[in-house]
Amino acid sequence: MVENRPLGNLLSHIILIFGVALVVFPVWVAIVASTHPPGTFVRGVMPLLPGPNGWENYRTILLEGRSRAGTPPVIGMMWNSFVMAMCITLGKLAISIISAFAIVYFRFPFRIFFFWIIFVTLMLPVEVRIVPTFQVVADLGMLNSFAGLSIPLIASATATFLFRQFFMTIPEEMLEAARVDGAGPFKFFKDILLPLSITNIAALFVIMFIYGWNQYLWPLLITTDPEYFTIVMGIQRMVTGGDSEPLWHLVMATVVLAALPPVLVILFMQRLFVKGLTETEK
Amino acid sequence: MATMTLENISKTYAGGVQAVSDVNLDIKDGEFIVLVGPSGCGKSTLLRMVAGLETITGGTLKIGDRVVNDLEPADRDIAMVFQNYALYPHMTVYNNLAYGLRNRRMPKDEIDRRVQEAAAMLEIGAYLDRKPRALSGGQRQRVAMGRALVREPAAFLFDEPLSNLDAKLRVQMRVEIRQLQRRLRTTSLYVTHDQLEAMTMADRLVVLNGGVIEQVGTPMQVYSRPASTFVAGFIGSPAMNMLPMDTLRAERHAEGLSLLPGRTDLVGIRPDDLRLEPSDAPGLTLHGRLALLEPAGAESHLHVHLDGSDQPITLRVPGVPEMADGAMLTMHAAREALHPFDAATGKRLD
Repeated sequence: MVENRPLGNLLSHIILIFGVALVVFPVWVAIVASTHPPGTFVRGVMPLLPGPNGWENYRTILLEGRSRAGTPPVIGMMWNSFVMAMCITLGKLAISIISAFAIVYFRFPFRIFFFWIIFVTLMLPVEVRIVPTFQVVADLGMLNSFAGLSIPLIASATATFLFRQFFMTIPEEMLEAARVDGAGPFKFFKDILLPLSITNIAALFVIMFIYGWNQYLWPLLITTDPEYFTIVMGIQRMVTGGDSEPLWHLVMATVVLAALPPVLVILFMQRLFVKGLTETEK
Repeated sequence: MATMTLENISKTYAGGVQAVSDVNLDIKDGEFIVLVGPSGCGKSTLLRMVAGLETITGGTLKIGDRVVNDLEPADRDIAMVFQNYALYPHMTVYNNLAYGLRNRRMPKDEIDRRVQEAAAMLEIGAYLDRKPRALSGGQRQRVAMGRALVREPAAFLFDEPLSNLDAKLRVQMRVEIRQLQRRLRTTSLYVTHDQLEAMTMADRLVVLNGGVIEQVGTPMQVYSRPASTFVAGFIGSPAMNMLPMDTLRAERHAEGLSLLPGRTDLVGIRPDDLRLEPSDAPGLTLHGRLALLEPAGAESHLHVHLDGSDQPITLRVPGVPEMADGAMLTMHAAREALHPFDAATGKRLD
């Protein structure tokens, strides 16, 4: 719209600023809280300006953890989370793009049946199948391992479905041209489909990475060894673990650190991400 | 360079639909064959069977001396130009041209030589580093041609390659494709639904209808002696007038019908074969009333209703004649211009 109405402009700005403030305020509180010394919170008044202890809090949490509550150093947990998120993301992308390739371009028996089976798993997230999945993972001896953390979450009906939809928009003539050009199925996949899907892959990468990073219930269940704790479950342990008051300044520092990687991924992949969601250049 | 032989080629789809039936065609080396027909006549299916993109369900296809029925498209030594060009959007023009050659493990310098040569021939040398999206429709068309050219195949297959271009560009590309093919002498099979394209480009025309060949011949053979009412109606614009013998006989406005074969019950006359001046030459004289005059610049189309029967017919005359709607006209067509048909079978009778 190109209308210019000062009152309308003012009003919409107020609403927008209010919305932004609503979202930003808790983040601000977390950042502020992570910079205060331990005693501040016991007084019951929430400070709104940064304190002097930021450097020390972050150093403590990153390198020493809270050994009394059984929480390892955050840097290790961040590494675990990162490895888990990357395994889940890359695994999901690899599996879903290959399944979509099979479903769209090959005529094998029960093709439609398999497609629907994949589709139905959309209705079965980890939370629903958590007991049997745990049993399977435990029987396979994958408790307390990266394999156990990531493999049960690696299949993705959503991504398969998205890739399928994208592949179906690629004109059939493209496939035929490739066939005349002497490209077999694998060459077609590698030389044509993959490069064309690159923006979709980027968009899904962002979504899947955040999904993987934010996993809470599953890591909580299958890791008992602090060496495999992930940061999201670590936060929870920090709040409830031990018999002292929760050390809010350290918890908040951990929260800020936990929120950082997803933000970085979005910042770096933003342009590709938006392109992948909006552009339909073929 | 190769001949191409189609023997009893048929296509039956899984549901039992017969898309192409029993097509026989001998294509000479270097010949430019145009498959023409209305939508759904099987011309594209036939071309795609030659390309190897559709399976052949009956008959034998030979390129050169080789039976290629069961070969992959890439192994048939053909190159195809698609209607939507089907360029790879993420590759530069150069890579679009080179892709097929690389898949054949051709040495790099040979690829480069061929790409440069094709680019020079098609005048796309300046765009080799661009991606297809940065090109206009006509340039994309050239790249699609180039992709076929670099292969130096035994045969070119064209699937309505000009139908996405605007009218002016289409005429230009039509001429260029024809000149290029003359120069390279590569056997070509060209599919179109545009009868003008078919007439102007073909060495020989193949008119298809309902999956069956109606007529094969040079454009002039097909134009001057259409083998059936379908061909007569499809080739030539405005379409040939089809006059039922009954109306001609009953209304007494026709002389010279006795010259036609006895079983004739449909007479075809091309709009340009009807003359406005009366003549004593053997033939057919008709009388009618002008219903509408359409000036088209160098020529005009006259829509006339015949006396008595009100049968509409069309004439094509040079220039724009001075006459008002409703004017009474006398028209004459020479014996050679009368095409006798059997209405039941649609076949030509002489």
